[in-house]
Amino acid sequence: MFHRFANPARFSRIAARVLPWSAAATIALFVIGIYFALFASPADFQQGETVRIMYVHVPSAWISMACYTFIAVMSAVALIWKHPLADIAARSAAPLGAGFTLIVLITGSLWGKPTWGTWWVWDARLTSVLVLFFLYLGHIALTNAFDNPQRGARAAAVLALVGFVNIPIIKFSVNWWNTLHQPASVTRLDAPAIDPAILTPLLLMALAFTFYFLTMLLVRMRADLNATRARALRLSAAE
Amino acid sequence: MIGLILLVKRELGLALRGGTDAVMAVVFFVLAAVLFPFGVGADPAMLPRIGGGIIWVVALLAAMLSLERMFSSDHEDGSLDLLYLSPVGLGTLALAKALAHWLTTGVLLLIAAPILALLYNLPASAFGALIVSMLLGTPILSLVGGIGAALTLGARRGGVLLALLILPLYIPVLIFGAGAIDGAVAGRPIGPQLMVLSGFLLAALALAPWATAAALRQAIE
Amino acid sequence: MQGLITHKLSCIRGERAVFTGLDLEIKPGRALLLSGANGSGKSSLMRVLAGLLPSAAGHIEWEGADISADPDAHRARVAYIGHADPLKPAMTATENLRFWAQLYGLDPAIEPALYQFSIEHLADVPARYFSAGQKRRLNLARLAAGQNSTAGPALWLLDEPATGLDPGAVSMLANTILAHLSNDGIAIISTHGGRLDELIADRADHFTLQTSGSGVAG
Repeated sequence: MFHRFANPARFSRIAARVLPWSAAATIALFVIGIYFALFASPADFQQGETVRIMYVHVPSAWISMACYTFIAVMSAVALIWKHPLADIAARSAAPLGAGFTLIVLITGSLWGKPTWGTWWVWDARLTSVLVLFFLYLGHIALTNAFDNPQRGARAAAVLALVGFVNIPIIKFSVNWWNTLHQPASVTRLDAPAIDPAILTPLLLMALAFTFYFLTMLLVRMRADLNATRARALRLSAAE
Repeated sequence: MIGLILLVKRELGLALRGGTDAVMAVVFFVLAAVLFPFGVGADPAMLPRIGGGIIWVVALLAAMLSLERMFSSDHEDGSLDLLYLSPVGLGTLALAKALAHWLTTGVLLLIAAPILALLYNLPASAFGALIVSMLLGTPILSLVGGIGAALTLGARRGGVLLALLILPLYIPVLIFGAGAIDGAVAGRPIGPQLMVLSGFLLAALALAPWATAAALRQAIE
Repeated sequence: MQGLITHKLSCIRGERAVFTGLDLEIKPGRALLLSGANGSGKSSLMRVLAGLLPSAAGHIEWEGADISADPDAHRARVAYIGHADPLKPAMTATENLRFWAQLYGLDPAIEPALYQFSIEHLADVPARYFSAGQKRRLNLARLAAGQNSTAGPALWLLDEPATGLDPGAVSMLANTILAHLSNDGIAIISTHGGRLDELIADRADHFTLQTSGSGVAG
């Protein structure tokens, strides 16, 4: 019965070889990125030092959206080709995506306090991210809601695809709602006009976040595979 | 088509005989809407401003109450296996269930909504927007809700989980449904909102039964 | 005269192999009595044969053709009795039976089917007042309803059908199955032994599923 894990076993071997390198790249990128973000870039003349929150906020937002796309693609692969690795990839990515989405919300709130004077403003982007956070939570809860892990994975895959189709609709609706209800005085949380001095740390931090995401994804997938194998061994030992 | 009619007739028959679910959903709808003035005050100038939004929020919650039972009794007593083996496809089953849910919940909410509009002092000019927006919006709640009901079959904590899955997907309906009523109260044109709601309804009609069928297939396995 | 054949059929539930490499052959007019300990995969095999569960490997042939080529046609030839009785408590016996007959496009002559299992006096009683045995009889009457139709299902998959039945009802079930077999039908019946096995023994083969996942013909 281990033929089903033959391919995952190859994945485990490859992951073991890639992991040290991606972990090293993550650390190196963070060291350089944080140096540029905190010391080698200018403060904004309007927002002052708080603009540096952007170097965490914007990359997290990118990852949070890219991660949901990744989950949706993996879900389609899992449903169409029934590939066990795709299930595991989607299941492992979801909590990471939820974490990054939470970071977007928290940093957005921290950035909002000095900029807008309140912790939360129903800004169209932040509100969409909040809804995305709930989509992640639903996905995670559904994955873990069944006694049979495979049933959870497949149900969550359908949900991810439904969510993916709905994200543009939700985004459009929230934007429409926002233009109607938003007081005009509030400016959006935008990166100031892209200056090279800002672009360099932003790109470095985005790369660092991406490598961190990929490294953690590999670690989580390996752990998940090992847990699956342990369960299978325990079951076959019981027979 | 014959299968669809047969299934809807069965659902309606069961709802008429056994279920107080539908009636409870309407009672909840009215009761929950009545709670808001106690919380925010009964200022006659404010109530019409928030009324449309509150009616729609409460409608989402009321429609969700009876969703959990959509497939669960058929799942528990093995009927779902036989429905799958029958010549009627799961897509037709999903459509029939959503239609029956709308007829037993959405239509009742539609009938009760004008009473809430009176309680919230909505101007007479907003009644049309209320009825049309609910007519277009509540079938979407049943169609999209069916996906959630099928996904959570056999899950632990099914009811709470269903709310977590479905409420975020209901946000667009809420925005444009309540937006139409607000627009009518403020005397703005409401054509765009209703057009968007119609678009959502068509998309839900085309896609939701398909997704529900995929979810049901996994619940059977 | 090829009937039903399985080749190296395997089933995985969750992450566990329930059975592997199963080869079965059942000729028209024969029944297969399937035995095996709890957890040996009898119910899973029934569900795989019905097309409710996908098989992990191997294939199933009906009259020489792979059933995955036309799943709709396969579903149309299956009559499946599971552990639960798919009856709505609020509906009467007649209504329950008629709904399934109509949905499957069968002849909705309900009375003879009820008569076959001696529950014709309960025709207009809602199923919620039925005892467990009576519910099972009503569920089994679906088989009779299919049998009385012109194009009834040819493959009966009965998962412990005699559960909760009194000896009289077991005889009725045996007669129904025997009539199906004389009609060149096929029945696969999971069982833990008992009167039903004896009553249809002349037309039945035995197969025991081992917990290790394979089986022995007996």
